Parts: sequence; structure tokens; C-alpha cells
Amino acid sequence: MRLVQVHDLHKDYTTIAGTIHVLKDVNFVMDAGDFVAIMGPSGSGKSTFMNILGCLDQPTSGEYLLDEHSVAMLNANALAQVRNQTIGFVFQGFNLLSRTTLLDNVALPLVYSKISKTERLARAKLLLEKVGLGQHLYSFPNQISGGQQQRVAIARALVNRPRLILADEPTGNLDSATSKEIMTLFSELNAEGISIILVTHESDIAAHASRQVRFLDGRIVHDKRSKSEIQLTEAAEIS
Amino acid sequence: MFSAMLGEAWRAMGANRMRTFLTMLGMVIGVGSVVLMMAVGQGAQESVKQSINAMGSNLFIVLSGSSTSGGARSGSGNTSTLTVADANAIAELDGVSNVAPISMGNAQVVYGNTNWSTSIIGTTPSYLDIRVWELADGYVFSESDMRSATRVALVGKTVVDNIFGDTDPIGKTIRIKQNPFVVLGVLKRKGQSLDGRDQDDTIIMPLTTAQRKILGNQFAGSVRQVMVQANTPELMPMVEQNINSLLKQRHSIREGADNDFNVRNLTAVANSAAETTRTMSLLLGAIASVSLLVGGIGIMNIMLVSVTERTREIGIRMAIGARERDILLQFLLEAIVISVIGCFIGLILGISGAVLVNIITQAAVVISGYSVMIAFAVAASVGIFFGYYPARKAARMNPIEALRFQ
Repeated sequence: MRLVQVHDLHKDYTTIAGTIHVLKDVNFVMDAGDFVAIMGPSGSGKSTFMNILGCLDQPTSGEYLLDEHSVAMLNANALAQVRNQTIGFVFQGFNLLSRTTLLDNVALPLVYSKISKTERLARAKLLLEKVGLGQHLYSFPNQISGGQQQRVAIARALVNRPRLILADEPTGNLDSATSKEIMTLFSELNAEGISIILVTHESDIAAHASRQVRFLDGRIVHDKRSKSEIQLTEAAEIS
Repeated sequence: MFSAMLGEAWRAMGANRMRTFLTMLGMVIGVGSVVLMMAVGQGAQESVKQSINAMGSNLFIVLSGSSTSGGARSGSGNTSTLTVADANAIAELDGVSNVAPISMGNAQVVYGNTNWSTSIIGTTPSYLDIRVWELADGYVFSESDMRSATRVALVGKTVVDNIFGDTDPIGKTIRIKQNPFVVLGVLKRKGQSLDGRDQDDTIIMPLTTAQRKILGNQFAGSVRQVMVQANTPELMPMVEQNINSLLKQRHSIREGADNDFNVRNLTAVANSAAETTRTMSLLLGAIASVSLLVGGIGIMNIMLVSVTERTREIGIRMAIGARERDILLQFLLEAIVISVIGCFIGLILGISGAVLVNIITQAAVVISGYSVMIAFAVAASVGIFFGYYPARKAARMNPIEALRFQ
């Protein structure tokens, strides 16, 4: 099943200096259950591409089908619902609400999908336990480490059972050991059937994915599947 | 959903307590001063209204006027140019419902071994109808008492308190200027007049008795003043004109000569007093409303700062699925919670302030449910009105830019 289909996607930004073509004629297809790493230098258009995939931004032209439904037809409220229920975001800077307990942070997306308080807290608690923070339910983000904060952010992205996780440089603020832990977590989630698209600068992080896509000057210049032995070593690490 | 948002608002307010407190203070002062000013203003209006009702409605007072004798002009009421016959003639005029000729003076009243100086009003029973003055006890003297100048008296409450104490005054004999009088009735308490006199410090008796036994050396049949009541307020200008021309004719006053009487419209005087207090309380309310407005602007100011500060938070919420409506509601709710809590505290302070004013100055204050409701409604709408713009600004943010905000 095709989870993401992008055809002839263009994105232009108009500035005082003139029009900048950030994305030019991008075509991209992704199956459900896939794990894709998007790489490329700064300004190559990969973040814009992620924003469009995440329904935070709209393309200038071209088609984007998410779960075989065209996103272009949706209004702001429907897009918010897609972000709430179909997609889970993980950011480089974690983006947790300070002064809010980890439990409430994880439960927050459920507030916007009208789920009862008891269920919200039960689901958030379950996910925090799953990412190994079951003993920190009532801590605040500034009381835990960066790696732990990113785990909370991942729990938040998962809480509404999304089809697709979009991670924008999730290890960019973490040291290599912690990065490895986070990537292991992503691999586990992928093994459970969750589709993941991950933006990264680092090729060893990208190596965790089953497919690498490289952007340059607004185009996809490279798109290939990892060799199966990488996936095998991953599988060995997980077990 | 709603309770979750209320919780969010509460948490956001708790996050910056000092700022929340100061924002609220604007509302507290605004609502407090509106409630206090309205209480004081309405209290003043209420006491004027009571005085006017106590005075009687549609009233004229005809005073015997200044006369000129040997080039010296005396003030009004000093010579007795009005007579009972004038009063009877006025009673015949169209539109006049009641007429009471009045003679008055002061005298010492004695009962047992206590005595008291009070004002004596000699008049007819219709005086009590005009003044809407009822008896607390006993009965009013009659027309036959008028004809035979019986020595009977109606006593005011202040007089009763001063010379009778706890004794029941009805049927007791008091002495006024050596003459024994039988107390027929006790007047109901009337309170202060518009000019602050104690209206209960008085004794009312038949006009004839007062003139013959107490006030003495006046020409028989002459009175100091005549009280005239018109049927309706609309008839008052016509009645005033008619009294003037009637008395000119009766007193043979030539065209262009000074009148020897004065007609005063008491109701007009009272109404202008009422109008003055009404204007004053409006003015007080208007000034207080300005502080409410300033409080509202304070809320808008802080909410704008808060929206800017929390731009990143707004971006996060949008990324995880908050709709524009959710963000709008969240910030609006915060503004409303601040203004309603501020309003509640202001209400308590305003009401206690009014009670304090009442205790310290003895001035009447009226706290009506109506003014409390208005204050509350205004506070809630100030919250919505001044909270809406910042909340909309938050809701319209571009999520990508909001997420990038440092």
C-alpha cells in the first residue's frame, strides 16, 4: 500500500529579492511500513519537503497523496486533524512544553482529538513506560536529560497511533551514544509497522533506515535502498 | 476538552503569578470602583427620592410677600398679607386638589416635669393629606375642632421622644404657652427634609387654635403661607398662573407693582435636586468605567506579550493537531478567566468599600443586584473584547514560523 505519493511537487517562496524555487519537480513514493532517511546539505529543500509532508505547509504546485487521499483538497481544520491523527512529529529541539509534566506533554495531542481524560492519561502512561520513562511521569522536561526528552517527544508522536512518524534531525542535539539509543528506538517502532521518515545530516544515522534519499538544490538526486545486510545487523541489534 | 483548556489557562496564569496578579489588579480596581460609585450614586438618588416623596407631590407654596412700609422693604413671609379667605379662594381654582393655610411659630411644650421647644404648625386637616403624612396612633382633629378652636394637638415623633419617653401620649394633656392641650394623635416618622431639617420636631394643631392661643398678636384670619396641591404635574404651570392672577385681583395690586405674595413651585425645586444627584451619579459611573476600560487594555497588553512569548508553544500545539479554533479558545479563555476572577475580587472590594462608606459617613448606599450584574457582564465582555485580538493573533500564526521562533 502506498502511504505517501508525491508527484511533480514544486514549492516557491517569494521574497524581496525575487522568487526562490525551493523544491523543483519532486517525485517520491513510499510504502506503508517503510523507513526512509532524507539527507542533503542545508538549503537543499529537505526541511520544506518535510513540512509539506507534515501538512504544515502547502506546495505551490504538484500533488501530495497521504494514505491515497489528496491533501490539497483539505481545509485548515482537516489538515490539523491529519497532523493530529495520521502523523506524529519528532523535532530536533524536542519541543516539549516546559512547566508541563511529561505525562501531560505526551497526552496533549489527545486533548485535540476529544478523548476522555482517563483514557488520555492511561495511554500517555503506557507510552512513557514503553520508552523507558515510566518512573518520571510527573517530572518536568527541564529535570531530565536531552535523550530522555527526545524519548518523551517520541512517546508524544506515538500517542495518537499515527501511520507516519516525521522526524526532523531527531539526533541533532544529542551525543553519539544517546543518538544510537534513539535510533534503536526508531528501528523498533519501524519493526512494529510504523512508517518513519527521518531527516538527517549524518550518514551513519541515515544508515539505520532501509532507504536513503538525497536532496540537492531542491531535487532528489539519489534514492536507494540499503543493502539487506544492514537491515540484518539492525535486526540482530534489536533482538 | 473544555475542562482541559481551563486547566491550561490556570497553569499559564500560575506560570507568571506576579504578571497575572498585576493584570488582574486593573480589573479589580475597575470593577471595584464601578460598584462603589454606583452604590454611592444610587444611594444619593434614593435618599433624594425619599425626601421628595415625604414632601408630597405637585406642590406650591404661597408665601405672604414683602411689603414696603416707609421705604423699607421687608422679606417674604414677614407680613401677613395672606388670609384664610385667600386660601379658600385658591381652593376653588381649576386643577387644585388640596389647600392648607399655615401659620407657624415656636413654643415651649411642657409635660409633667419635662419641657421641649418645638415648632408649632397651625393648619387644617388637609395639610396632612398634602404632605402624605399619616398618624402612627390616635386620630386627626376635625372641622368642628377648627371652628371652635379646640385645644388639641398632633405631636411629632421627636417631640414624643423628648417629653413623653416611654409613656403613651394619646389623651395626655400637655401645656403649650400655659394652655392645656389634649394630644389627639402621634405623627408617623418623616425624617429629614431636603434642606436637612428634622420634620418630626413639630406639633400640628388647628389653625384657629394656633392663632388665638399660641401665635397671638396676628390679625385674625391672616396666615404666613398657603400650601397648594395641583391635581397632576401637567396642570402645575396653569395653576401657578391662576394663583398669581387670583391673588393680584384679591389684593388689588396694580399692573407693574410688586406682588405682596410669592408663589413657589416646590416640586420643581425637588426635581432639580433629583436631577443633580442623577447627573452626579452618572458622572461617577462614567469616571469609574474609564478605569474598567484601562483594566481591559491592560489585559490586552499582557495577552499580546504572552502570545509573543509563547509563539513556540503555539507552533508545537499546531504541529500536534490543534486547530485555529483550539488556539483561539485557549487564549480567549485565559483572558476571560483573568477578567472574571478580577471582577469577582473587585466586586467584593467594591461592596465592602460601599459598606465602609456607609459606616463612616452615614451616607446611604444602594447595592442593587442590577449593578452587580452589569459589572460582571461588563467584565466578561471586556475579557472577550480585549482578549479576542491577541487570541486571534495566536490562532492565525503560521505553524512553521512559530516552530522556528526562538
